[in-house]
Amino acid sequence: MANGESEVGADAPAGGFVQLLTPEGERVDSVTTADGTTYSVDFTDEEYRGLYRDLVTVRRLDSEALALQRQGELGLWASLLGQEAAQVGSGRALRSQDMAFPTYREHGVLYTRGIDPIMPFGLFRGVDQGGWDANEHKFNGYTIVIGAQTLHATGYAMGVTMDGKTGSPDGEAVIAYFGDGATSQGEVNEAFVWSGVFNAPIVFFCQNNQYAISEPLERQTRIPLYRRATGFGFPGVRIDGNDVLASYAVTRSALDRARQGEGPTLIEAYTYRMGAHTSSDDPTRYRIASEVESWKAKDPISRLKAFLAKQKIGDDDFFDEVDEAAKQLALDLRERVLAMPDPQPVTMFDHVYPNGSPDLDEQRRQFTDYQASFEGSGH
Amino acid sequence: MSRIKEFPLPDLGEGLTEGEILSWLVKVGDTIELNQPIVEVETAKAAVEIPAKWGGVVARIFFEAGTTVEVGAPIIAIDTDPSAGPLPDFDGPVPSAESLAAVQIAPAEGAVEPGMAGSPAPNAGRTPVLVGYGPKTTAAKRRPRLGGTPVAAPPIAETPPPPPAPVPAPNPKPAPGVRTAGPVLAKPPVRKLARDLGVDLTAITGTGPLGSVSRDDVHQAASARQQAATAAPSVTTARAAAVFDASREQRVPIKGVRKLTAENMVASAFTAPHVTEFLTIDVTRSMKALEKIKGRREFRDVRISPLLLVAKAVLLAVKRHPMVNSTWSGATNEIVVKEYVNLGIASATERGLIVPNIKDAGRLTLRELAEALNTLVQVARSGKTPPSDMSGGTLSITNVGVFGVDTGTPILPPGESAILAFGAIKPMPWVHKGKVKPRQVTTLSLSFDHRIIDGELGSKFLRDIGDFLTDPEGALLSWS
Repeated sequence: MANGESEVGADAPAGGFVQLLTPEGERVDSVTTADGTTYSVDFTDEEYRGLYRDLVTVRRLDSEALALQRQGELGLWASLLGQEAAQVGSGRALRSQDMAFPTYREHGVLYTRGIDPIMPFGLFRGVDQGGWDANEHKFNGYTIVIGAQTLHATGYAMGVTMDGKTGSPDGEAVIAYFGDGATSQGEVNEAFVWSGVFNAPIVFFCQNNQYAISEPLERQTRIPLYRRATGFGFPGVRIDGNDVLASYAVTRSALDRARQGEGPTLIEAYTYRMGAHTSSDDPTRYRIASEVESWKAKDPISRLKAFLAKQKIGDDDFFDEVDEAAKQLALDLRERVLAMPDPQPVTMFDHVYPNGSPDLDEQRRQFTDYQASFEGSGH
Repeated sequence: MSRIKEFPLPDLGEGLTEGEILSWLVKVGDTIELNQPIVEVETAKAAVEIPAKWGGVVARIFFEAGTTVEVGAPIIAIDTDPSAGPLPDFDGPVPSAESLAAVQIAPAEGAVEPGMAGSPAPNAGRTPVLVGYGPKTTAAKRRPRLGGTPVAAPPIAETPPPPPAPVPAPNPKPAPGVRTAGPVLAKPPVRKLARDLGVDLTAITGTGPLGSVSRDDVHQAASARQQAATAAPSVTTARAAAVFDASREQRVPIKGVRKLTAENMVASAFTAPHVTEFLTIDVTRSMKALEKIKGRREFRDVRISPLLLVAKAVLLAVKRHPMVNSTWSGATNEIVVKEYVNLGIASATERGLIVPNIKDAGRLTLRELAEALNTLVQVARSGKTPPSDMSGGTLSITNVGVFGVDTGTPILPPGESAILAFGAIKPMPWVHKGKVKPRQVTTLSLSFDHRIIDGELGSKFLRDIGDFLTDPEGALLSWS
């Protein structure tokens, strides 16, 4: 037991992981890892119910988005199915001042940041470039380039230190999301080097969903991913990525460590992508059905539901109400997505320079005139 | 909106063009819910289930399982309001015309041509792609330009309509959207067609949108021309009345070298009062001298032409009459007489007339002059003459003889005071030593700026050139 991880959980991979809620819905009080860190959570009933609502909601919104793609309303969608706990747990562990750097799959983290879930749909519907205000939401743009955001996050985190915003319990921290495939990218390794050397206040949150599109984990690494951190000089922890409580507890601890000025942490959330890599992918071509079935038994929502039911924290009325609320949210999202206006061509000139430029203004004027030369150009 | 909604096969994976229907999960008459899986489709990338876009009752299924369907084709019709009663006249599994328009490729006969304003955007020709965002799944329609479409009232053109031809012209017909100015509107394939058929686009009155020339216009113009050609001999009563309109005119844009040449010629012709003198001479001896030079070892590998001797004659004559090698400087009220001769050689190139000059030609030996002439001509023909070679000329020669004419009245290059035209050398009957004999004869003409050069000076200069070319050895000996 290299990591001194949970005693329970026969489902754990070799080397173990931090697990606070078993697939059967049993709570594990606390887990102490080999480095002496103890992880636990102390949630009120309301907080437990809130996490459940988050999980159900993000899954429902995700399935609605996938349906919209299949119906020709989105160009592409990257489903988070199976990874809800990793995202909701880590997302809820963030504090308002913390900055998140997502990939294109972090819809659950986005939701927990309190952002209107429609925000990324413009990108996938092709009506905008996905350029939201990262500072306003403390949530950077969805990054399509694999691993690139880890360097952005590292630079941002180094900036946080330079601004003197670390070193206190109310300091700022940064979290960078990426997948198992990204760990093979040079950028991610550079980010590890720089963060380690500069003691940057950053948490590297790797959702190991076992596949880099079709490439299985064993072709990415010879050792568990979390152990790579040791070589870069900061701690690595593996968690049960399907356990929202472990995800919350370990991320909160790592973020606090970062905001106190104690440097980076790598968290490997051991999970599974139940769906396709994106809507353009067919996972049946490279995964066997029995593997997918075995992970269904570890579903993040059913284990929390079982726990809530057993502990009498949630009853059928509550579960039904959550389902219905999520459905309404999804239908509302559908309607708003379908009503998204087509972009006006002239908007391509927006956001090129922060303070404009004479050349660009002239181009915009000419283009506006050109557009106005067509019939029906009332707008 | 209609209660019957048709669902077109979407692009399921970033640029796919088709999908095969593996199996239907619903059948006609089934009540379905929003997002209920209805059909399994396999594309080049994945086999996926498609969820219903609307709840309702399945009204029609357009394609059987096993069919490969183009993206954009409707595959199912759903009655989204079945409680509203039976459907009026809705029978036959036929997609509506509107929905079929989404996959239609060619516009109907007489419709606006693809690619023109008001026509379907060119998304119909799909090409399979494996990555990135490819074809659209809906047919967008280009918005027509303001004022660009024909209206009921006859169009008011800025130019008055051409007067009616005495006999109906075979090809032009009134354009619905009259083009009033600017270049000919025609798409590249139409331009190619016109080129292939030898039809001049500018001579066609386009009948396409905005007065553009369409393929039909080109074909019509070509066949009209052919008819005219074949009809003429067979018709005995009267030839088709000649038409003198744009259909028989060619318009060449004035630009580039042509434009520059024109400006220079006009500037020169209207600022320098030209006088031109002519002299016809017997150059038989010069031709013999050329042959001798060609036989000399030092000229073995260099091309020798009559122009070389003409150039030499001019350079030698300039030494005797330096005033001809000068510039009128109105600004300073001076005549600038140059001690160097930058000898211009007018050259016909593909780009038009250019007059590059040989710098300080007066200092060159005959062999060097021959090389410089060859280089100058080759560079000019290749179109690579640098601007520096074309400026600073002081006196020029134009070799119109290469075009087979006897002579001409050249116009001075701006800033120069004399230019010699050198006509074709041909055998002519000539009085030689008291007898008429065939001799090699040519005509020289010299244009000069009469502000600087009087008739006397011009005549002496031309006479000296003629003397040299008539008897090179004698001239050389007597002048030196």
